[in-house]
Amino acid sequence: MTFPWLTTLIALPALGAVLTALVPAGRGTLAKQVALAFSLITLIVGGLITSHYLFDLDLGVEAERYEWIPEIGASWALDVNGISLALIALTVVSTPIIALAMWREAEAEKRDPKPFFALLLAVEALTLVAFASRDVLLFYLVFEAMLIPLYFLIGMYGGPQRRYAAVKFLLYNLAGGLLMLAAVIGLYVQSIDAGSATFFLPDLVALDIDVTTQRWLFLGFMIAFAIKAPLWPFHTWLPDAVAEATPSNAALLTGVADKVGTFGMIALALPLFPDASREFAPVIVTLAVISIIYGALLAIGQTDMKRLIGYTSISHFGFIVLGVFALTGEAAAGATLYMINHGLSTIALFVVVGFMIARRGSRQVGDYGGVQKPAPKLAGVFLFAALSGLALPPLSTFVSEFLVISGTFLRYREAAIVATLGIVLAALYMLWLYQRTMTGPVRPEVEKTPDLRRREIAIATPLVGLILLIGFFPKPLVDVIDEAVAPTLVEVDADRPEPLAPVAEVDGDDDNEGTDQ
Amino acid sequence: MNAPNLEYAELAPLLTVFGAAVIGVLIEAFAPRRVRHPVQVALALLALLAALVQVILLAGTEVVGAVGAVVIDGPALFLQGTILVMSIISIAFFAERRLESGGDAFAPSASTLPGGEEEKVLVRQKRLQTEVYPLTMFAITGMLLFPAANDLLVMFVALEVLSLPLYLLCGMARRRRLLSQEAALKYFLLGAFSSAIFLFGAAFVYGFAGTLRFSEISEALTAQIGQEELLLTGVGLMAVGLLFKVGAVPFHSWTPDVYQGAPTPVTGFMAACTKIAAFGAMVRLFYVAFGGLRTDWQPMLWAVAIATMAVGAIVGLTQTDIKRMLAYSSIAHAGFVLTALVAADETATAAILFYLATYGFATVGAFAVVTLVRDSGGEATHLAKWTGLGKRAPILAGTFALFLLAFAGIPMTSGFVGKLAVFTAAVDGGATPLVVIGVVASAVAAFYYVRVIVLMFFSEPAAESPSIAVPSVWTTVGITLGAAATLLLGLVPGPLLDLAQAAATFVR
Repeated sequence: MTFPWLTTLIALPALGAVLTALVPAGRGTLAKQVALAFSLITLIVGGLITSHYLFDLDLGVEAERYEWIPEIGASWALDVNGISLALIALTVVSTPIIALAMWREAEAEKRDPKPFFALLLAVEALTLVAFASRDVLLFYLVFEAMLIPLYFLIGMYGGPQRRYAAVKFLLYNLAGGLLMLAAVIGLYVQSIDAGSATFFLPDLVALDIDVTTQRWLFLGFMIAFAIKAPLWPFHTWLPDAVAEATPSNAALLTGVADKVGTFGMIALALPLFPDASREFAPVIVTLAVISIIYGALLAIGQTDMKRLIGYTSISHFGFIVLGVFALTGEAAAGATLYMINHGLSTIALFVVVGFMIARRGSRQVGDYGGVQKPAPKLAGVFLFAALSGLALPPLSTFVSEFLVISGTFLRYREAAIVATLGIVLAALYMLWLYQRTMTGPVRPEVEKTPDLRRREIAIATPLVGLILLIGFFPKPLVDVIDEAVAPTLVEVDADRPEPLAPVAEVDGDDDNEGTDQ
Repeated sequence: MNAPNLEYAELAPLLTVFGAAVIGVLIEAFAPRRVRHPVQVALALLALLAALVQVILLAGTEVVGAVGAVVIDGPALFLQGTILVMSIISIAFFAERRLESGGDAFAPSASTLPGGEEEKVLVRQKRLQTEVYPLTMFAITGMLLFPAANDLLVMFVALEVLSLPLYLLCGMARRRRLLSQEAALKYFLLGAFSSAIFLFGAAFVYGFAGTLRFSEISEALTAQIGQEELLLTGVGLMAVGLLFKVGAVPFHSWTPDVYQGAPTPVTGFMAACTKIAAFGAMVRLFYVAFGGLRTDWQPMLWAVAIATMAVGAIVGLTQTDIKRMLAYSSIAHAGFVLTALVAADETATAAILFYLATYGFATVGAFAVVTLVRDSGGEATHLAKWTGLGKRAPILAGTFALFLLAFAGIPMTSGFVGKLAVFTAAVDGGATPLVVIGVVASAVAAFYYVRVIVLMFFSEPAAESPSIAVPSVWTTVGITLGAAATLLLGLVPGPLLDLAQAAATFVR
C-alpha cells in the first residue's frame, strides 16, 4: 500500500489541535508556536498533494477507503478532484496566515490563547475532511461537527455580543444540518432499497432516484448548504457572526469554513440529484441574484467595517451559487475558482481590518479617517484588498467573476445582466470604505497610527502574492478545476446551451469549417 | 400437580439479582449498621457483575422458558445486558459518600416527617440507611424480567416489581424532602393508575384471544374473526400503561416532577433503566403479540410520537431547573425511539436496541454530573447557578457538554449514531414525515442543550456560585465510563451496531 497522503493531511492538523490543547497552562506562546508549526507542516503536505495534481509531480497520491462502520456501509473514503483540490489548497494556505493574524487577538480580550489555536487547527482538520470525503455520512459528520469549534471560537473570543452571535450561528447551521440529516437518511434508504446499503458517494451517484424523491432530498441538502454558504434569505446569522468574532476568526469562517456549503452544492447536490437540480436551478439562480444585489446594497449602508465585509461576502457567495446553478461548464469552473479567490480576498480584507482594529480599538468606519498619512503601507494593503474585493483586473477575483457572469449569460441572460450590477455596487462599497477610512483629513485619534509591523507584513505578503499570481496565471488552476467540473455537469446532463448569436462551429481539428462562406 | 420445569441456566441472571435483593433484605435485618454499607454495595455490585457475565455467556441463546412465560432471546439478552451495565454504573453513584456533608444522597429515615424533630436527631447522629440497595435490586429484577416477558401476566408482574421499589426510592432524597415525597406520591398514584389500566387492557386482550401468551395472541389475530373492539380496546389500554412508563406524551406529566424530586442518583438510574426496560417490553408486545395488527396501532403511535417529540422539545425550552430540563429531554428521546417503533420493520428493533444503550450511558452520566454541582442547599440544580462553570471546573463542564451534545445528536457522539439508526429505520418503514418532525424537534431541543453550554462556558461565574464537590472514586469512575462510552460509541459504533443487529430477532 502506498503512503496515505490524504489521511496524513487530515491527521496533521488534528494531531496539532490535540498537542496545542495539551500545552501546559500559562505557556500561551508555546501553544501558538505548536499550532503554527503544525499548520505549516500541513501546508507542506497539502502543497505536495496539490503539486501532484497541478504539476504532474508523481507522489502516489491516491484515493483512500477504509471500512469505518461496515454495518451501515459507511467508510473513511477520501479522494480529490479539481474542485476539492482547489479548496484543500485554499484551506492549507489560509490556516497559517490566519494563525499568524490571530497571534495577539486572544490577549486583547485577556483570554487564554491556547484553546483559540487548538480550535483553529480543529476547524482546519474538519474542513479538510469535508473537502476530501467521498462518503456522504462522513461529510455530514464533519459538516455538523465543524460547528462546535467554530461556535466556541466565536463565543469565547470576540466582541460584546459574541454569545448572541455564537448561538445564532449554531442554531441556524444546526437546523440546516438536521434537515440535511433527514435527507442523508432518505438517500441512504434509497441505497438500501436499491439492494446495497452504502454511503459511498460514487455508488450513491449511480443510483437512479425518481424525481419526486430527488426533489425532497435535494431540498434537504440545499437548505443546509444555503444556510452555510449563506444564500439570501438564510443569511442573517453571518453579519452578526463576523461582526462579533475576532477579525481573523471571521476570516476563517467566511474565507474557509463556509466554502463547505458551496462545495457541497457543486460536489454533492448536483451529481446526486441531477433532475431536481435542473428543476430548481431557476429558483436558486433568482435567490443568488437577490443575494448579490441585496448583500451589496446592505454593505454600502454599513458603518461597522466587519459587518460591511460580511455583507460583501453574502454578495460574493451569491456569485458563487449563481455560477454553480447556471449549469454551464464555464460558470461552474468560474464558481469554483471564485471560492478560492473570494477566500483569499476576504481573508485579506478581514486581516487588514484586524490590523486597523488592533491599532484604533474600534470597528466603526466613522472612527477612522486619513489613516494613509501615518500608515501608508497599511493603507496600501487595504487598497489592494479592497480592489481585489471589487474584482479589478488583473487581480484573481476578476477572472472568476468574469467566468461566472459570461457562463451564466449563456443560459440566464437576465440573471447575468442583473448580477453585473453587483460589480458596480462592489466598486461603490469598497472604494467608499477606503475613502472614508484612509483618505481625507487625518483624524486626531489616528495621527499616531503605527505602520505595518514585521508579523503583519509576513501575513499580507503571501495574500497579495497569491491574489496577483492567480490573477495573472489562472490557467493551471482552471485546467484542474475544468477537469473535475466537466463530469459533474455531464451528470446533471446539462448540455452546452445554444450560442446566442449564430456563429459557425470552430473545431480544432478542422480549420476550414469556420471560414467557409 | 407437577411443579413447572424452570430453565435455571437461562434465567440465571434474573435469579442472581433477585437472590441478591433477598439477601440484601436479610443483611438489613441482621447485620450491624456499620458494616451494612460496604456489604450491601459489594453484594449489589458482585451480583450485577455476575448477572452480566451470565448474560454474556448466554449470548445467542433462544429459549422460551418457564412454561412459555419468559423468553430469553436476542433482544431480551441485549436489553438485560444494557440494564445491568447501567445499573452497575448507577450503584456506583448510590455508593458515593463524600459529596453530602450528612453522608449520602438519601434520607436517614424516609418515613420521618420532613423537617420534624426525629429527622433532626437522625441527621445529627449522622444516621445513614442502606435500604436503597435491596430496593434497587428488586427494581432491577423487574427490569430484567420486563423485556423478557412472553405473557401478559408476567409482563404485568414485572411491571409491578420494577415500579414499586422505584416509588419508594423517589421519596428518599435527603435534601428537599417535601419535593421528594411529593414526587414519590405523584409517581405512585399515576403509576398505580397506569398499571391498573395496563391490567385492564390485558384482560380485554385475554377476553379476545383466550390466552395470555404472546405467540398465541398473535395466532389468534389471524385465526379469529369478530370481537375486534375488544382487542383494540385492550391494545389501546395496554399501550397507555407502557407509554406511561417510557414517559411519552400525553402520559408524561409525572416525568419532570419525579425526575426533579427523586434523589439524583435514583433519577439517573430510573431515567436510563426504566426507559430501556419499558421500551424493550413495548417492542416485544407490539411486534410479537400485536404485529399482525400494526395497521391499527401505527396511527396511534404516530400521533403519540409526534406529540412526544414536540412537547419534549418545546416545553424543555422554558425550563430553568437542570433536572427538569433533562426530564423533558428524556421525553423528547422517547419520541425519537417511538419513530423507529412505529416503522415496525426489521431494522427497527436493532435501531431501538442501539439507541437505548447510547441514551442510557449519556443519561446516567449526565445525572451524575448534576450531583457534583452543589451549594449550601445541596445540589444546585437551578440553571442560573451553572453560569461560568466552564471556567472553574473545565473538565466537569466539558464532560457535561459532551453528554448534552450527545443528547442533541451532534456527530462524533453516540447520540448521533443512535439518531441516525432510529431515523433510518423510520424512513425505511415509510415514516418519513415523522423523521422530518424528528429532526425539527432535534433542532429545537438543541437550543436548550446549547443554552446550558453557553451558560457554562461563555458567562462569567455568578457571585454566589456553587462549589464543585470532589467526588470519591465511585462517581469518578461512573462518570468516566458514561463519557467514554458516549464518545466511543460515536466514533466506532460498529461493534455495538453489529451486536444489536445480531440480537434483533424475537423468538415467539
